[in-house]
Amino acid sequence: MAELTYRDAVARGIAQEMTRDPDVIFFGEDVAKAGGVFKTTVGLYEQFGEKRVRDCPISEQAILGAAMGAAMTGLKPIAEIMFSDFFAVCFDYIANEFPKSRYMSNGQLKCPLVVRTANGAGSRFGAQHSQSVENWAMMIPGLKVVAPSTPRDVIGLLAAAVRDPDPVIFFEHKSLYPTKGDVPDGEIVDSLGTARIVRPGKDATILALALMVPRALEAAERLSAAHGIDCEVVDVRSLVPLDTKTILGSVARTHRLFTVEENPRLCGWGAEIVSIVADEAFYELDGPPVRITTPHIPLPAADILEDMALPTAERIAERVRRSLQA
Amino acid sequence: MAKQAVRATDGSRPGINDDIGEEKRLTMYRLQVEIRESEQRAFDLFLQNLVKGTSHLSLGQEAVAAGFAAAMKPGDLSFCTYRGHAHTLARGVPIEKVLGELMQRDNGLMRGKGGSMHLTSVEHGVMGSYAIIGAHLPIACGAALRAQYRGDGDVTVCFFGDGTTNIGAFHEALNFAAVWKLPVIFVCENNLYMEYTPIGDVTAVKHPAADRASAYGLEHIVIDGNDADVVYRAARSAYEKARAGGGPSLIECITYRFSGHSRADPAKYRPEGELEKWKERDPLKIYRERLRQFGVGEEVISDIDADVRRRVDEATEKCKAAPPPPAEILASDVYADGGFAWRN
Repeated sequence: MAELTYRDAVARGIAQEMTRDPDVIFFGEDVAKAGGVFKTTVGLYEQFGEKRVRDCPISEQAILGAAMGAAMTGLKPIAEIMFSDFFAVCFDYIANEFPKSRYMSNGQLKCPLVVRTANGAGSRFGAQHSQSVENWAMMIPGLKVVAPSTPRDVIGLLAAAVRDPDPVIFFEHKSLYPTKGDVPDGEIVDSLGTARIVRPGKDATILALALMVPRALEAAERLSAAHGIDCEVVDVRSLVPLDTKTILGSVARTHRLFTVEENPRLCGWGAEIVSIVADEAFYELDGPPVRITTPHIPLPAADILEDMALPTAERIAERVRRSLQA
Repeated sequence: MAKQAVRATDGSRPGINDDIGEEKRLTMYRLQVEIRESEQRAFDLFLQNLVKGTSHLSLGQEAVAAGFAAAMKPGDLSFCTYRGHAHTLARGVPIEKVLGELMQRDNGLMRGKGGSMHLTSVEHGVMGSYAIIGAHLPIACGAALRAQYRGDGDVTVCFFGDGTTNIGAFHEALNFAAVWKLPVIFVCENNLYMEYTPIGDVTAVKHPAADRASAYGLEHIVIDGNDADVVYRAARSAYEKARAGGGPSLIECITYRFSGHSRADPAKYRPEGELEKWKERDPLKIYRERLRQFGVGEEVISDIDADVRRRVDEATEKCKAAPPPPAEILASDVYADGGFAWRN
């Protein structure tokens, strides 16, 4: 067991898979000699060499297209898109190419690749380098979508993503890069499609993803200390496949549902889950499900404004208290 | 008759400069006839409402597909556009499979799940037909990257139209391929029209592909795309270069489509007489003459014509008799487990 940052976990996760399988190659902008703009891939170029760890031009379409071509002919590429906002300039591959080739070819083509990207706010970069765009990927049939919240999950879910036979969009949260967590020694392999109850509780279920997980946990501690409200916090981890069993099971125990989403409100992942719960567990609910989200706005650059936009532990706690004490 | 009198249009003469040979020429002729007859049949079936959706025919552009296919080795990969019937047939995919897909029958290449614009036959090296302009150039780079990384020795070819040269992915892919010296051949079929608009009206340079080559350190190559021998020689040279580790090539083939952009287009925007002028340079007409110049008998040519027509007729009847795709494939193969489950 060692304490590792979320940032260093990325390199360890990639190295674990590259060591295991020579078909795994990794490329993106500034990822090799520079070790990544977020320093998430330091040491990989030195360890695996220029054939397997490659610097690319600023050509997001070429990066994702090349990953697809390599994947469909037998490699297991990991491609990096520096900021998830840049998905907008290569969205054809995410929306039209990766996820549809298997279906359109009636199962002849495969696309076993991973796209890693830095998602989310907190760096004060403004509206085009801070968005949470996991819902852009979630809405496309054929993709799998993962967003880890801890260093251990970064390694385990990345390994699961690389070993998965389908295209996986892997959202790292840039505000989590400096956070630390305990990571076991040796190989770590997790499973896609599994949520995790990170704090058991009996009064309310709070679903969260990525950066919102530590905030939901903090809110739960505040609610417990100040109001005696015992919240269950579920780290959703994987939007596709979605672990509805764990979510519905939690709601059946607590009878209240809250989602904490960093994405702007419309069509956020919580909306889909609330709809599933309304459809399949309506009579388990003791009150209306509540979505706590970033407002439907582009993100501002100024720290004071950005902090107002994202759900905070305080805002989560207050919203849960208001619902439960109504 | 003096030998000079039978000089072929590509400069070669019987017995002299004949680097292609009769067997290869007959193969290319057969491919061109097969494409012509199949595409014409697709058009006829469309008029009978038996080909649904859309279709983009390669009538008049057969020589490019035949010339490249003749230069390929087994294991070489092809990436095509929505105008991809020709390149799919050229790799040996059965006519019935192609027509069946156009007719949206269960015997189609993808059982009706892809349609005319997405013909794919991995077993024949046809790694897909792509309907988003430019998308497949980077994908072809990835296939070539795999070949280079593993030392597999195969070469990837990527066909596209003149319109593609004005989209970003074209430029990203050329730079990518050049920087990494990938074994990939980019083939622009310049049929003079992007869709309904002449390519010259919307492009800053005369040759939409070749005039951009120098920006990526590539050779300026423009060839007669209606002469299969010329195409074959250019293809052979590009394959040799790629296999020897010499990196990518960009080849602009000047050609002309006899039909409109898609089935919905009667092509009324073409100046009067243009189509007739190009029909004088019909690839099949050129190639029949070439075969005669090299001493191939009329009966050999007419036997090929008759055999192809018979096979297209047989394929048509099989497709007409084939059932539509069954309901159970509606949601199959979305994910690798064969289904579409996104939740537990």
